[in-house]
Amino acid sequence: MSPAIDHSLQDPPQLPREPLIEKNAVITEAPWVRRTLTAVALLFLCGFLLLPLVAVFVEALRNGVETYFEALKDPDALAAIELTLIAAAIAVPLNLVFGVSAAWAITKFEFRGKSLLVSLIDLPFSVSPVVAGLIYVLIFGSHGWAGPWLSEHGIKVLFSTPGIVLATVFVTFPFIARELIPLMTEQGTDDEQAALSLGATGWQTFWRVTLPNIKWGLLYGVLLCNARAMGEFGAVSVVSGHIRGQTNTMPLHVEILYNEYQFSAAFAVASLLAMLALLTLGIKSWLEWRHSDELSATRRH
Amino acid sequence: MKKKLLHTLAAAAAVLAASAAQADATLLNVSYDVARGVYKDLNPAFAEAWKKKTGETLKLDQSHGGSSKQARAVIDGLEADIVSMNSPLDIDAIAKAGLISPDWQKRLPYASSPSWSTILFLVRKGNPKGIKDWNDLVKPGVKLIIPNPKTSGNGRYSYLAAWQYALRQPGGNEAKARDFVTALFRNVPVLDTGGRGATTTFAQRSIGDVLLTFENEVKLIQQEFGADKYEIVTPSLSVRADNPVSIVDKYAAKHGNKARAQAWLDFQFSEAGQEIFAANDLRPSDEKVLSKHSNRFPKLQLFSVTEAFGGWPQAQKIHFADGGLFDQIYQAR
Repeated sequence: MSPAIDHSLQDPPQLPREPLIEKNAVITEAPWVRRTLTAVALLFLCGFLLLPLVAVFVEALRNGVETYFEALKDPDALAAIELTLIAAAIAVPLNLVFGVSAAWAITKFEFRGKSLLVSLIDLPFSVSPVVAGLIYVLIFGSHGWAGPWLSEHGIKVLFSTPGIVLATVFVTFPFIARELIPLMTEQGTDDEQAALSLGATGWQTFWRVTLPNIKWGLLYGVLLCNARAMGEFGAVSVVSGHIRGQTNTMPLHVEILYNEYQFSAAFAVASLLAMLALLTLGIKSWLEWRHSDELSATRRH
Repeated sequence: MKKKLLHTLAAAAAVLAASAAQADATLLNVSYDVARGVYKDLNPAFAEAWKKKTGETLKLDQSHGGSSKQARAVIDGLEADIVSMNSPLDIDAIAKAGLISPDWQKRLPYASSPSWSTILFLVRKGNPKGIKDWNDLVKPGVKLIIPNPKTSGNGRYSYLAAWQYALRQPGGNEAKARDFVTALFRNVPVLDTGGRGATTTFAQRSIGDVLLTFENEVKLIQQEFGADKYEIVTPSLSVRADNPVSIVDKYAAKHGNKARAQAWLDFQFSEAGQEIFAANDLRPSDEKVLSKHSNRFPKLQLFSVTEAFGGWPQAQKIHFADGGLFDQIYQAR
């Protein structure tokens, strides 16, 4: 860890608040302009973000706490939660390993085709999730490339858990790598070169130097990756087959319940997803507050 | 971390193994959206009957979605033992892919359709626009909600019923039918892509004076949104909308489930099965059971797509294919 910097040494001496703001060339507007703008921003936030979030919980609890837990105890709902957790438990570690190796390769070494690799990592961001799902139908479907062979050998990929995991891995591919690449580029290779010149092996350098440098950025990437893995709808919908109690993930289950007029149950499951999102946001904010220096390279997106 | 993951996986595997051990055999029914209620009642009844007869415990899995989307999934490898759809076209599509024998409609009674429904009108309380029949729908100022005929079964049936109504009026001909349907779609403010979307538009967003949709959906809306808020209008003529079923020969054989799948379908045609359809507001194909519930299923004059339009493939080609009559009508409106 880098030694803590004493900010009081660099900051200007404490000034009364008002004059400082008014002297700031960027904020010369009259107070009413400032307040109106702040109010508009707050109103917008409340209307478009907070209100829907509240609505999810209000709708979920509309018919009482009992119905709420009844909906979550439903075997189909439990199966959906289980499948979502399994998919995330496989997709996130896979992308963790991939993301770290890709970021390491890209930022610490020079090789041919590097820019191609960077573009490839971005592919899942630029491709629509529906297309991502259809790619797997084309490959593993009965009329796809590998479909007939798989079916002959009794291996099910599409419309079962492996297909859902594959689709999840695909859409969450870039999260960790994208988080690490800017951070590691900024950190450069000086620390690693120092370690190597002192006689460390490649592995030792990675474990003792690189990993500690990126750990907070990495955790941040894992969080985002996990949130998306659990929340993904489009790609998973295409490859799921929608078999109740077997291949429905939580987002798919929410849609089905809603279409069946089971509004309370739909919002009960939705509220679980929302709570997960809130938890992720909470941890993310804490990370940003706690380790803002190390994250600053990647925070702006 | 790694150990925890292993534990999770082991637990998951144990759960899967346990659920597999409970049942002697598992069958999958790939079905359309709104059939869930019916199969929720049908499946336990059949499983019980099967257990009594053979001593074998069955696990009956369901997958629901838009009818054509589900057919597509079966073609792409969703290994259904049986399919239940809301249009014969969708089963034809699976047959064309070689998974079902082409003569599937002849293998079971009533052209392989254990239940059917029909298009009714749902109006708001008191019927403020005084809607009684199809010709009231083309009056100026009446707003009707129909889902898109190109993407939904309800929409296709509503369109064909309107067409057939105009054709059967005194002096009716193809040109007049076309004018009638054009006038009708001029009164449609929004075309939703599916039946459920149209229901939401009408019931939740309170748009339109009339909703045209299936009888079972009409009953469901009354249940969900309040029976006193709407009134049902039965038109003088409507269409018989079959909900056909079939074994998916190739997959059922692969799973060794042919006899079980056959029994599952036979059960749907049995008196017990037919009663379950009736209880779920679908008209049972068995006349005896239907007449028993005649107070809930009012008699009305019906036509079938086969007799009036020469079958679904024909109707699809002329009316709903790209550049077909519906496209021309909708552009001209």
